[in-house]
Amino acid sequence: MTVAFDEMTNADGSVRAAYTALARWLSNVPPDVLDHRRKEAEFIFRKIGITFAVYGDSDAQERLIPFDIIPRVLTGGEWSRLSKGLEQRTKALNLYIKDVYSKREILRAGIVPEDLVYQNPVFRPEMNGQKVPHDLYVHIAGIDVVRIDADTFYVLEDNARTPSGVSYMLENREIMMRLFPELFAENRVAPVENYADELLATLKSLAPTTATSDPVVVVLTPGIFNSAYYEHSFLADKLGVELVEGRDLFIKNDIVYMRTTEGPKRVDVIYRRLDDDFIDPLAFRPDSVLGVPGLMSAYHAGNVTLTNAVGTGVADDKAVYSYMPEIVRFYLGEEPILKNVPTWRCREADHLKYVLDNLHELVVKEVHGSGGYGMLIGPRADKAQIELFRAKLKQDPNNFIAQPTLALSTCPTFVEEGIAPRHVDLRPFVLTGSDKVRIVPGGLTRVALQAGSLVVNSSQGGGTKDTWVLEEN
Amino acid sequence: MLSRTADNLYWLARYMERADCLARLLDVTQRLAQLPVAYGGSTNEWRSALLTAGCADQFKLVHGEDATEQNVINFLAFAPENPSSIRNCFEIARTNARSVRTALTIEMWETINSSWLELKRYSTKDMTREELARFLSFVKETSLRFDGAAYRTMLRNDAFWFSRVGMYVERADNTARILDVKYHVLLPETEHIGGPLDYFQWSSILRSVSALTSFHWVYRESVKPWLVADLLILNAQMPRSLTSCYQNISRYLDDIAAYYGRQGTAQRLARSTFTRLSNSRMDDVFQTGLHEYIETFVSENNRLGATVTEQYLL
Repeated sequence: MTVAFDEMTNADGSVRAAYTALARWLSNVPPDVLDHRRKEAEFIFRKIGITFAVYGDSDAQERLIPFDIIPRVLTGGEWSRLSKGLEQRTKALNLYIKDVYSKREILRAGIVPEDLVYQNPVFRPEMNGQKVPHDLYVHIAGIDVVRIDADTFYVLEDNARTPSGVSYMLENREIMMRLFPELFAENRVAPVENYADELLATLKSLAPTTATSDPVVVVLTPGIFNSAYYEHSFLADKLGVELVEGRDLFIKNDIVYMRTTEGPKRVDVIYRRLDDDFIDPLAFRPDSVLGVPGLMSAYHAGNVTLTNAVGTGVADDKAVYSYMPEIVRFYLGEEPILKNVPTWRCREADHLKYVLDNLHELVVKEVHGSGGYGMLIGPRADKAQIELFRAKLKQDPNNFIAQPTLALSTCPTFVEEGIAPRHVDLRPFVLTGSDKVRIVPGGLTRVALQAGSLVVNSSQGGGTKDTWVLEEN
Repeated sequence: MLSRTADNLYWLARYMERADCLARLLDVTQRLAQLPVAYGGSTNEWRSALLTAGCADQFKLVHGEDATEQNVINFLAFAPENPSSIRNCFEIARTNARSVRTALTIEMWETINSSWLELKRYSTKDMTREELARFLSFVKETSLRFDGAAYRTMLRNDAFWFSRVGMYVERADNTARILDVKYHVLLPETEHIGGPLDYFQWSSILRSVSALTSFHWVYRESVKPWLVADLLILNAQMPRSLTSCYQNISRYLDDIAAYYGRQGTAQRLARSTFTRLSNSRMDDVFQTGLHEYIETFVSENNRLGATVTEQYLL
């Protein structure tokens, strides 16, 4: 495997521009100060963490996500290219979903195979021919990005349903400003705390045309037992809107109301943190008690906006992912600014042949899999595992894609043995309103705390970092 | 605001107040039960505590007739099968708090949350009297901190008013019940009304609601039943008295009505109860019979609670 690109230090030992001030600070700060601040951060986070997880029970502490005190830094130039790419990609996602549920030109043009849509379990026939407010579907997207070298960012995954993690982005910044005010004096870090304002403006812009000029927005949560409940209440709090559960809403004459102390109050925009399957027992899973009976009917009548729209899952699985460059070209007539990780679609004979010949160096993933299940990591697999996947691939090639093992970039991270490089990824959040696209500079950086590990997932020992975008002079 | 949010706030405040009252009830019961044997003989303090808390029937299902000190303490403080045990009060308060996290201030949340965590440290088995005393003062302090946090940090809007209404409805109920302890505790035949045991029982009741000093300030004479009743029922200066509770309930319900621009049944009920209390005299109360007066009040107070629920919380 190639040596990973380090975001702070060049191969010749010189420091990259973005990190000049940070590197100087890191070399001056006594290790015990760093250690002290780390403990302080841990203490504060435990307190907040207590609000995260206390909830559940005594394993609260295990459920804290580790926070690394060394920020990850991007220059304004890097960010502006990245954000143009994110905006372009999100636009394409929206146009693609609209097309899939209406004219299906991209299918007829033979660019995306039909079965990827029709046989996709999250394709929602209920959305066929339905108009959604402002023709927008993915209002809040989390686009996972990894970096390979100084110039190359790859999109690893599009999250077009209910991406989470933004509360960590905001809390991480909050805690960094508290612990290291001197660093913020030396670096011109673009703020992220306006995320809530941007989100609210986005949500309001998406209200149905029938709504008043000051539309009523709510956040819909599955309730206190959901693992992301803290984020739901955090967001409602920052937005200054009601955090509702399904039972707080009811539908009358296709209009959504919430039950308030002053009687029914009309709701225009629902930022729902509830999967399609659960939002309306009359339309989807009849056993769901989390949703609102009749919500889909109100939605179809155009009386309420759901963010994200119903059926967006059809755009974010791994098979569709491999077509994203074509999707961008098809709808926008532009070259994609952000690259995809090179992906072999095993459904195509020549790709399959290549994959079968090179299994030992590829990562093979199930099209609908997530969380690292049903995955083969070629370089780390033994013969038996490789043969097992060879058989699976031959039997059902449509169900798999393959990618090279990537050398994700590393960032300096404060670990047991001191400051050491660790692999990172980035999830920026892209807000698409009817007026414009808004992207707060930064996002959630996840870091694999184990040396050499590429797994940034919090369930497997991943942590998070504050992400800085430096403002240009 | 959401009806569910208002409902949660209302009950959150009620359960915090109830936990406090149960702690005070256990306190006074222990005091009464610890009277020198010379005074006492066989009395029934622990059974009276159950009657006062209104959970004698549930207790019977679990322990039968066995109202020993240990059984009653466990049942009122810790028993999971008693829906109003102190532990359950804290559990419910915290669940409510979590689901209206956004309507609470950080200080309120942290009080509830840390108490809930601390609660786990108290084991129910074989608690010594000292441990029990420590536990009871922890419960009372938690209520004080919660009340103080709410008072000092909440915005003065409907969220605050609903939680205050909940607190005062519960407090009125609890004051009435604590006063009624005296009705349930038997005076042994060898003792006479106004005798030393009678005196001790009444002053214990005052002490349990932190009102003994207030009593002396207000009346400047020795503890007498009708004066205790006057202080806890009619005296508007006494923050636990029924009059004071209803003054507050009326006021906060009126704030809500003004804010929403609409009066309702709850406001009318509260006002009429307040007026009746303001116009009462102790002679009348004792003429009806103190216990009967209290019983009537408790059911009236329950009716107000139900009305508030119907009007705002569904």
